[in-house]
Amino acid sequence: MLRDITLGQYYRTESVIHSLDPRVKLVATFVFIVSLFVANNFVGYVIAALFLAMCIYLSKVPPKFIFRGMKTIFFLLMITMVFNLFLTPGKELISIWKLTITYEGLKMAIMMAIRLMFLITGSSLMTLTTTPNNLTDGLEKLLRPLRLFKVPVHEISMMMSIALRFIPILMEETDKIMKAQMARGADFESGSIIKRAKSLVPLLVPLFISAFRRANDLAMAMEARCYKGGDGRTKMKPLIYQNRDRLAYLVIWAYLGIVIVLGRIL
Amino acid sequence: MSIILDHVNYIYDEDTAMAHAALIDVCLNIPDGQFVGLIGHTGSGKSTLIQHMNGLEKPTSGCVFYNGQDINDPDYDKKSLRAKVGLVFQYPEHQLFETDCFKDVCFGPKNLGLPQKEVELRAYEALKQVGFDDEYFYQSPFDLSGGQKRRVAIAGVLAMKPEVLILDEPTAGLDPKGREDILGLIKKLHDEMGITIILVSHSMDDVANYVDRIIVMNKGRVAFDDVPTEVFKHYKELEEIGLAAPQVTYVMQELREAGFPVDTNVTTLDAAKIEILKAFGKC
Amino acid sequence: MKKMIKTDNLVFEYIRRDEEGNVEGITRAIDKVNLDVKPGEFIAILGHNGSGKSTLAKHFNALLYPTEGEVFVDGMNIEDDQHLWDIRQEAGMVFQNPDNQIIGQVVEEDVGFGPENMGVPTDEIWERVDESLKTVGMLQFRKSSPNHLSGGQKQRVSIAGVIAMHPKCIIFDEPTAMLDPNGRKDVIRAARALNQVENITIILITHYMEEVIYADRVFVMDKGHVEMTGTPREIFSQVDKLKDLRLGVPQVTLLAHELRKAGLPLPEGVLTREELVEELKKIKNKENN
Repeated sequence: MLRDITLGQYYRTESVIHSLDPRVKLVATFVFIVSLFVANNFVGYVIAALFLAMCIYLSKVPPKFIFRGMKTIFFLLMITMVFNLFLTPGKELISIWKLTITYEGLKMAIMMAIRLMFLITGSSLMTLTTTPNNLTDGLEKLLRPLRLFKVPVHEISMMMSIALRFIPILMEETDKIMKAQMARGADFESGSIIKRAKSLVPLLVPLFISAFRRANDLAMAMEARCYKGGDGRTKMKPLIYQNRDRLAYLVIWAYLGIVIVLGRIL
Repeated sequence: MSIILDHVNYIYDEDTAMAHAALIDVCLNIPDGQFVGLIGHTGSGKSTLIQHMNGLEKPTSGCVFYNGQDINDPDYDKKSLRAKVGLVFQYPEHQLFETDCFKDVCFGPKNLGLPQKEVELRAYEALKQVGFDDEYFYQSPFDLSGGQKRRVAIAGVLAMKPEVLILDEPTAGLDPKGREDILGLIKKLHDEMGITIILVSHSMDDVANYVDRIIVMNKGRVAFDDVPTEVFKHYKELEEIGLAAPQVTYVMQELREAGFPVDTNVTTLDAAKIEILKAFGKC
Repeated sequence: MKKMIKTDNLVFEYIRRDEEGNVEGITRAIDKVNLDVKPGEFIAILGHNGSGKSTLAKHFNALLYPTEGEVFVDGMNIEDDQHLWDIRQEAGMVFQNPDNQIIGQVVEEDVGFGPENMGVPTDEIWERVDESLKTVGMLQFRKSSPNHLSGGQKQRVSIAGVIAMHPKCIIFDEPTAMLDPNGRKDVIRAARALNQVENITIILITHYMEEVIYADRVFVMDKGHVEMTGTPREIFSQVDKLKDLRLGVPQVTLLAHELRKAGLPLPEGVLTREELVEELKKIKNKENN
């Protein structure tokens, strides 16, 4: 059913990775991505692979869930590889017609592919082990210093969590309106592109009206419950670092150090 | 001429972990011109059931026939079926989208590919049938009151000239007078135009007052299917599945227990009144 | 004695505009309403759609402000900015649409939303959430997503969200209009329990007549003013007047009314089945003697 679709495809289980503070996971993901671009030899990538494998193992998320995300970026991966393969100047390896594959190009293509795959795997691991709610909380707290520059951090994170709550509701509503208009003979599936775009009007107008009505109701309900922005607000589930979070930070920074030393300097 | 459901099963999200049966072995025959009440609590499968009747949902197994033809046959014209079996969803006013009421009602007949003149004629007729005043024809549907909006939405389906009209909770959210008006309108459509009506409702009092037959759904199955007095005899079983009989049925039961010589098979207020007056020798 | 809610010649007007934003006219949604609600009372406000009852209710929570006249909640003038948050904490509100008032993605987080806004310390928020969910019988759903609950359950979560703010008064703005009969019963039962056990003042806005019979007092609204006031029995004795106001009476009351018209000496304003049966027995006994 539509209401079961959740953004970010959280995988429910209990593991060390799941129980980490979302801020740790956000920072770790960022550090991991940085490490991928710092490393420029294969030793560096081996270390990154080991680190990633360790995290996947600890997360108890079945690998097939993690690699599912790969399908969606397959195209992007191919394009990057082709570009790097043919467009990097350097020592010629093979030349077919006007296309030349260089030694540097081959190396670059492989490195980019590995980077991309690791990057996607690493960030999927984060979304698989963190609930969207936790993620917005973590982001809000991490980005708090930006408030000095008048960035409405609390408001943005509140918007994100409201969106997450209402997306399934609006999806269900879309389904219902679509059926209701089909009962009046509407056709959403056939005809030219223009005709199809036009056929969306009877769907989109009621959907927007409903979304506005909901927004209005929700704003009123929030006000009635004393919502007045982020100031003076306490948290039911405040983010507090535990010992395991501190340990995790240690591991992450150590990892980055090792990658810098072995992946770049050696 | 009828709707026939033959051993219809429907499973939601088949092949996923969430799979569950929404309809189990449903067999029904709804002949022309009946006024049927369909009751069941939320999640009993009644909404899924009505969507099978005009082809919005397709049975996992079993067949649905309209006038003797299998509607899920690949060659069957579903669009014309949806004109013949009109379905008014819950809160139908939420599907209005045009700039004025008249245009909105034109949407259905226009989709049938009718000539412009015929489209407008039908829209006019439909708006008149629901008792809508000419002066509001070119108003934005969003400026109307709740009850008026609902009339426009019902007219939008009527303009397709359905032979069967299915209404899902047509009185939800309306005040008592609004409820009475809409039910009166539905009764008029049935009596004057001979349209088959399938009324999905939560209110036993409403259903008992209007319908010739009641179908009770529970957990995807047809639990009862009979005339109102027969169905409400099972008021104890109805309570077990989270439903109830009309208030007057209980009154009659209690009077009977208190020693009054009244017939307990009473489901409407008028019948109850006559029975009680009889018991007092006033009728 | 201090009044929980008091309105003094309350008038609310809004300006109608056409599509270009020009003023078309002024609509008076509330017209000189004077009413007061005592602490601990169970009040019902009846009225057809568009009679002004919801607009009136939104003044009790300072969501709308009077055009003329004054509204006091627990002695505080709602136009006094300094008391705004006290008023909203003391007078909680449950709205009609169960989906559009739940903010949290998990039941317990939604219930904690109000106390969070009020700045209640974390430990106490947890206590309040536990106790509120227990009061409405939704404790076993605390970890559920609201999207997986029925309408009646969602409304009970909303009620818990209000209770967690420890209000003195709860305004229910057509809380059952979108529910099925079972959900409706659950919500009304919860409201009555809050009134009787916790002694919270309840203001129930509805157009389901059956929900009104337990109220201490009923106000019937029409065209922005209070048309009738009285106990449920007094109100439901006037079947014809209620019909004129686009309302009705519970089916049992109507049956008694019809029987009375046909000549049985029944009193007006019979509210429940038990009463009707008792009254009919009395008549029979008299006839037999």
